[in-house]
Amino acid sequence: MSTVDTTRARRGRMGRIGTAAGVHAVLLGYTLIAIFPVLIVVMNSFKNRRGIFTEPLALPGPETFSAEGYATVLTEGNFLLYYGNSLIVTVVSLFLILLLGAMAAHALSEYRFKLNALLSIYMILGIMVPIRLGTVAILQLMVDLNLVNTLISLILVYTAQGLPIAVFILTEFMRTLSRDIKDCARVDGLSEYRIFFEVVVPLIRPVLATVAVFSMIPIWNDLWFPLILASSDATKTVTLGVQQFIGQYTVNWSAVLASLSIAILPVLVLYAIFSRQLISGITAGAVKG
Amino acid sequence: MTEIVSEASGHSKTKRRRRKTGGISHIVVFLAPAVLIYSIFSIYPLIESLRLSLFDGQSDGSSVWIGLGNYDRLLFDANWAVRFWNALWNNLILFFIHMIVQNPLGLLLAALLSLAPRFGGTYRTLIFVPTLLSVVIVGFVWELILSPLWGVAEGLMSGVGLGWLYAPWLGLESSALTAVSLISVWQYVGIPMMLIYAALLSVPDELLDAARVDGLSGWAIFWKVKLPLILPTLGIVAILTYIGNFTSAFDLIYSIQGVLGPPDYSTDIMGTLMFRTFFGQQTQIGDIYMGATVASMMFFIILIGVTIYLVGVQRRLTRYEM
Repeated sequence: MSTVDTTRARRGRMGRIGTAAGVHAVLLGYTLIAIFPVLIVVMNSFKNRRGIFTEPLALPGPETFSAEGYATVLTEGNFLLYYGNSLIVTVVSLFLILLLGAMAAHALSEYRFKLNALLSIYMILGIMVPIRLGTVAILQLMVDLNLVNTLISLILVYTAQGLPIAVFILTEFMRTLSRDIKDCARVDGLSEYRIFFEVVVPLIRPVLATVAVFSMIPIWNDLWFPLILASSDATKTVTLGVQQFIGQYTVNWSAVLASLSIAILPVLVLYAIFSRQLISGITAGAVKG
Repeated sequence: MTEIVSEASGHSKTKRRRRKTGGISHIVVFLAPAVLIYSIFSIYPLIESLRLSLFDGQSDGSSVWIGLGNYDRLLFDANWAVRFWNALWNNLILFFIHMIVQNPLGLLLAALLSLAPRFGGTYRTLIFVPTLLSVVIVGFVWELILSPLWGVAEGLMSGVGLGWLYAPWLGLESSALTAVSLISVWQYVGIPMMLIYAALLSVPDELLDAARVDGLSGWAIFWKVKLPLILPTLGIVAILTYIGNFTSAFDLIYSIQGVLGPPDYSTDIMGTLMFRTFFGQQTQIGDIYMGATVASMMFFIILIGVTIYLVGVQRRLTRYEM
């Protein structure tokens, strides 16, 4: 009996070590596939032309190091402006999505009124139907409103695009909030607006952060709407700017690689800071779904 | 909804609350901004696109009702139909490749991560990096790597003795669509991985313990206990993949291949067809009515997919829920 147990235990342990090695081999292998293309572009952006072509896989050395690509990008391209545009569009859209989304979610989860159920369904329809399918009419609308080639047009579209998922997640979460705390505030004579801003908003702050990180990626990375609504030089976002810059500089490889790196690096820095929030956000959404 | 209502009416403080809150002006103030922006810039354009698809432009700039004439042209006119069916077919291939490569790969990675290996958090973080990058960036990065000019891919493959397999995949009619699809898989595999990983974590420990006591091996536990429980998540992943194929796939193909879906329309999808139809290109002038028609067709195709999912897949899946 005991010998059987020990052999089984030993086999179990051996098996476990073998399994662990296999697990790490697969995960490490795929991790390399995931980050290799990013590494190779950033690495080669710091090399001169000869270094890029003769030894693409080597780290920049004393002989091959060069920042000429970055010099070209900074002098020829208008990347500071594009960054500014992307930043304005993303931050303002996020602010509107969070504020208006939280207000709507509060109304839908807190008050009983006719049309509540209907409005809830109406607001989340947009999750299933991509806003891009209305592009033809969006462009006409922006022409009529005289908003073509303004950042406002992008902000309005991204806010409309981000609201359904924000309202959905925030409504689900607000329904779990205790009613007592809000009722206490009412007894104390706080207005409904103060209850929202002073009682509810502090309680939902973690979820707001999650929604923010979640909504940010598609806005920052979008190519479709900047291309169609705001492609003038003064309103280009960084995604569109890089896309067109590369189109012009196809032969200047160090400039192309540098402009790609310039677009990649801030995203990676932000991700390093917010990755925990982003991952917990996706996880929370999935558990609910 | 009924649940909320009954909960509220059963609440001892409801009466007081209702007396205090009285009017509905604050409800309007809370709801109006979101409902207005969403209705004007999302719902109205969609309905307007559907409406425009039923009209045709006149030379004097006005438009005239032609019923389903545009759809008839798109589906049956020789010039249009060949492009439409080709784009739709390419979209379906794109979807198919994602379903057989991206989602199983996401499932595999999630299953391995759910075993809580050491450095699991690091792997997860790094594998998700490509998902954050702009499709434009991803497109160019891969274009450079696969380029015969630079030779990184060729060099790497020769290094492991597979150099003879290399071909300029993005430029060949036979392989361009597959190459683009796999680039997209590379970028987005993080999403199914995360969703499935989260679902696997939410499987109750008692169930797994019970299965272990019953003598099931780790492999059997995965197939017989965990997998049936996460089927709803796999359903969500499938429908997200389906919708994504008709929207975000455009960015990748536009930045790698351009708006014509070269070589010879082999990577032309509904998104590029819509863009081209709406804005025109060298040999064709833009046509908002046909553009709206292509968009409306995409709307119906997405609707068909979502309906199949809601009626067929989801209803069957809920039986497994606990």
